[in-house]
Amino acid sequence: MNYKEYNLIVMVVSTIGQPVPRKEGRAKLTGQARYIDDLVLPGMLHGATVRSPVARGLLRAIHYAPGVPWPEFTIVSAHDIPGANCVTLPPVFSMDAALARTEVIWGDDNVFKQYLVTRGNVDAVWTEAHVIVDGEYETGAQEQLYIEPQGMVALTDAQGAVTVWGSMQCPFYIHKALAALFNVPAAKVRVVQMETGGGFGGKEEYPSIIAGHAALLAWKSGRPVKLVYDRAEDMVATTKRHPSRTRHRTAVSRDGRLLAMDIEFTIDGGAYCTLSPVVLSRGTIHAAGPYFCPNIRIRGRAVATNMPPHGAFRGFGAPQSIFALERHMDRVAAAAGLTPDEFRRRNFIQTGQTSAVGQVMKEPIAMERLLDRALVLSDYHAKRSRFADANRHSTRIKRGIGFATFMHGAGFTGSGEQHLASVVAVEALSNGRVRVLAASAEIGQGTNTIFAQIAAEALGLECDDVEVAQPDTATVPDSGPTVASRTCMVVGKLIETASLDFRHRLETAGLLTSRYTPAEFRAACAAYRARHGDLRIAAQYRPPEGLRWDDQRYEGDAYGAYAWAVYVAEVTVDLDTFQTQVDDFVAVQEVGRVINPPLATGQIEGGVAQAIGWALFEDIVWRDGRMVNAQMTNYIMPTSMDLPPIRVFFEEAPYPNGPGGAKGIGELPMDGPAPAIFNAVANATGLNPAHLPLTPEALMELMEKAEPDGP
Amino acid sequence: MDRSGMNVRVMCRVNGANVTIEAHPMMRLLDALRSKLRLTGTKEGCGEGECGACAVLVDGDLVNSCLFPLLHAEGTAITTIEGVAAGGRLHAVQEAFLACGGAQCGICTPGMVLAAITLLERNPNPTEAEVKAGLAGNLCRCTGYMRIFEAVVSACRR
Repeated sequence: MNYKEYNLIVMVVSTIGQPVPRKEGRAKLTGQARYIDDLVLPGMLHGATVRSPVARGLLRAIHYAPGVPWPEFTIVSAHDIPGANCVTLPPVFSMDAALARTEVIWGDDNVFKQYLVTRGNVDAVWTEAHVIVDGEYETGAQEQLYIEPQGMVALTDAQGAVTVWGSMQCPFYIHKALAALFNVPAAKVRVVQMETGGGFGGKEEYPSIIAGHAALLAWKSGRPVKLVYDRAEDMVATTKRHPSRTRHRTAVSRDGRLLAMDIEFTIDGGAYCTLSPVVLSRGTIHAAGPYFCPNIRIRGRAVATNMPPHGAFRGFGAPQSIFALERHMDRVAAAAGLTPDEFRRRNFIQTGQTSAVGQVMKEPIAMERLLDRALVLSDYHAKRSRFADANRHSTRIKRGIGFATFMHGAGFTGSGEQHLASVVAVEALSNGRVRVLAASAEIGQGTNTIFAQIAAEALGLECDDVEVAQPDTATVPDSGPTVASRTCMVVGKLIETASLDFRHRLETAGLLTSRYTPAEFRAACAAYRARHGDLRIAAQYRPPEGLRWDDQRYEGDAYGAYAWAVYVAEVTVDLDTFQTQVDDFVAVQEVGRVINPPLATGQIEGGVAQAIGWALFEDIVWRDGRMVNAQMTNYIMPTSMDLPPIRVFFEEAPYPNGPGGAKGIGELPMDGPAPAIFNAVANATGLNPAHLPLTPEALMELMEKAEPDGP
Repeated sequence: MDRSGMNVRVMCRVNGANVTIEAHPMMRLLDALRSKLRLTGTKEGCGEGECGACAVLVDGDLVNSCLFPLLHAEGTAITTIEGVAAGGRLHAVQEAFLACGGAQCGICTPGMVLAAITLLERNPNPTEAEVKAGLAGNLCRCTGYMRIFEAVVSACRR
C-alpha cells in the first residue's frame, strides 16, 4: 500500500455525521435537474381533468359545448376504464353536521374509522382529582404547497404496457393503482420518479389519480400525454391536512401528577376515506404525548363530509392532536398552580413506563434534559418575568414566550412495517462504483445523500463512490413509500444491512481483507463480477427483536423509536393590528444520531417554518365545499420576511436499530411550533387561543369575545 | 384556433447568445424560454408572480418570467439559471448554496439563486434585514430560508 492510499483510509473514517454536500445539489443549482414538466416526448398531447363543480350530486349526463372541434380531443370517462374504477363513491360540510347524521353519506353514521384506547379507568378517578380541566381545540386544513405542482407523463403501447414518469413520493403506490386500473399484470406497468419539487405528504397518494388520468388518455389516444396541474388546480383538487377538533378532560392530583386524561380526537376525512384511518391512528397514538398517566381514554374518529378528501401531510395527524394536548397542558398546569415546565417535569414518561397504547418505553428518554437545555437556550425564565413586567406597562405591544414538549414515532405505526416488508439492494457497477437501489424518493429531504453516506460508511468507502439509483419500478425493489419519517431509520437501516452483507460477501470470497483502499475494493468487486456475473445484495425488513403490536386490540409497540423534542417560541402580539410575530424560535431535539448536520438542520428549519405558517397564516377559505383562495396570492405561506431565527440543536442518543444510530426526523418539526406559539400568545395576552390558524382576524374576534364591553 | 398569423419575431440575447424566437407576442417569457429554447431550468410555481420560481434576469433586473410577455424581451439581454455557471464553474452563490444546504427540493432554487446574485450585485454586504427583503419575492417551502440566508452571507465572504 502506498502512502497516498494509506492517507485515504485515514480520511474515510466516517461519512456519517459529516456535512456531505447534497448528491444532486449541483444539478439543482445549475437548472439541469429534470422535473416532470421538463420532460417532453415526441407527439405528446396535453391532458386536463374536468371535475364536478358541486360538492354532492349525481352525474346524469355529460354535455359537450357547441363550437368546439371535439373530434380533435381525446376524452376519457369512467366508461373507458378497462380495469377497476376503484374510487368508491360514498352536502355535509362540517364534522358537526357529519356527526349529526342529518345526511348520511358514509355507512350508517358518517364515520370512516374510529379507535378506542383505554388504560386504567378514567371514570373511576374524577372524584379524587385535585383539579379537573376541560378544553376544546381546533385546527384548520393546510395545503402542502410544494412549489412544484403535481404532474405526470404517461405512455402506453399496443402490448398493454403502461409507463408513467412523474412527481411523486411513492412509486409503488402508483404502480399498484395502474395495474388495477388497466387490469394488467404488474410487469406491464413501469413508474419512474422524476426530480420532485417537494412533497410533504401531498405526493403520497394523490399522484396515483393523476397517473391514472394521464395513462387513460395516453391509452385511448395512442400518444404520450402530459398532465401537469397549474397552481389553482393543484390547490383545489389535491388532498390537504385534516382539520381536527380535540376535546380534553384532564384530572390532576394534589401533587401535580396526571390522574386521568380523557381525549376525544375527531378529524374531517372529506368525501372519500383515502388515508384517513391511518392519519387518525397516528394522531390518536400521539394524543397523550410524552407523558405518563395511569388512566387514559382516547376516542379517535375520522368522519365523512363533502369536503375535498383530506390526506397525508407531514406529521400525519400528530400535529393536530399534539397541538391540542400541549396547549391544554399549559392550562392544566396553571389550574394545578404549577409553572408549565414544572408540571411537565412531574409527568414526563420515563423509561420503563407504559404509554397510552401499552408500549413499555425501552429507549432512554431525556425529556428533562431537553427541556433544561431549551429553556436555557431561549432564556425562557428571564424573559417570562421580563415580559410580564413590560406587558403591565404596554397596552398595544404584548410579548410572550411559550413552549411545547412532544415526541414523534418513526416509521409506519404498529405492524405497518412488517406488512410493508420493504426491500432494498446494493449492487456493484461495471464502472467500479456501488449503487444503492431503493424506491424511496428524493423529494428535497436528502434521501440520495444520506443513503450514499450510510452505504459508504458500511462499505468503508467515500460518498462519491456510491451512486443512488433513480426510483424506477423496473429496476429498484419496493422499499416502501417515502412517508412516516421512515426513509432514514427504516430504509436506511436496510441499506446499512445490505452494505455490510455486500462487504462480507467480498470478504468470504477471499477478495477483500479487513483493511482495504478504495482501489482494492473496486478490484474486489470487479473480480467478483468476473467470477459470478454480478454482485447484488438485497436486504428485507425484519422487525427489531422484541417489537410487538396487536392489530386487533390496537395495543403494543406503536413505533420502534420516537424522536423527542422541546420547542420554544417567543412572540410579539400587536393589539392594534392583532398581528402575531414570532421573534425567536429554539428547537431542541433528540433524533438518535444525526447523519448529515446541514440536511438534518434543514429538515427541522423547514418543518418549523411550515408549522409557523399553519399556526398563524395558512387559512383555507371554503365555499360550498370548495377551496376558493386557491392561489399563492391569498393563501399565505411564510416568506423570508415572516420568520424568526430558527435555532436548531440536537442531542444525540444513538438508536441501535437505526443506521449509524439514526431515528426518523422529517415529521417531528411539524408537531411542536403551533402549540409553542399559542402558549406564547396566551402568555402575552392572557387569552386562551385554541383555534388554529390564529390570523389577525381570529385574534381580534377572540379579543372581542374576551372583552364584551369593549375598550 | 390557429394564431400563427399573429406571431412576431423577437430577437434578444439569452445567456450570451443571440436568439430569435417566433411566437405570439403575449406568450409568457417563461414559456418561450422553456418550450422554444428548451431552457427548462426556469420553473413555474404559481403563474401569477407570487413565488419567484420563474425569476430570470432581464437587462440585469430580476423579473418573474410568468408575468413578462415575450414582446417585451425584444432587444434585451436575458440570463437564466443555465447561464449562471459560466464554463461549468459554479458561481460563488451556487457554491455557497451547495455548501450551506440552501437547496432542498430544488424547484425554487433557480429563481432563488438569481435573486441572491442580484441582491449581492447591488449590495455586496447586505444586513440580515436586507437579505430577507432581497429574497422576499422568492418562496421556498422546504428550507424555512435559514440555510439560504446562511448561503448568501457565506457568498459575500467568497
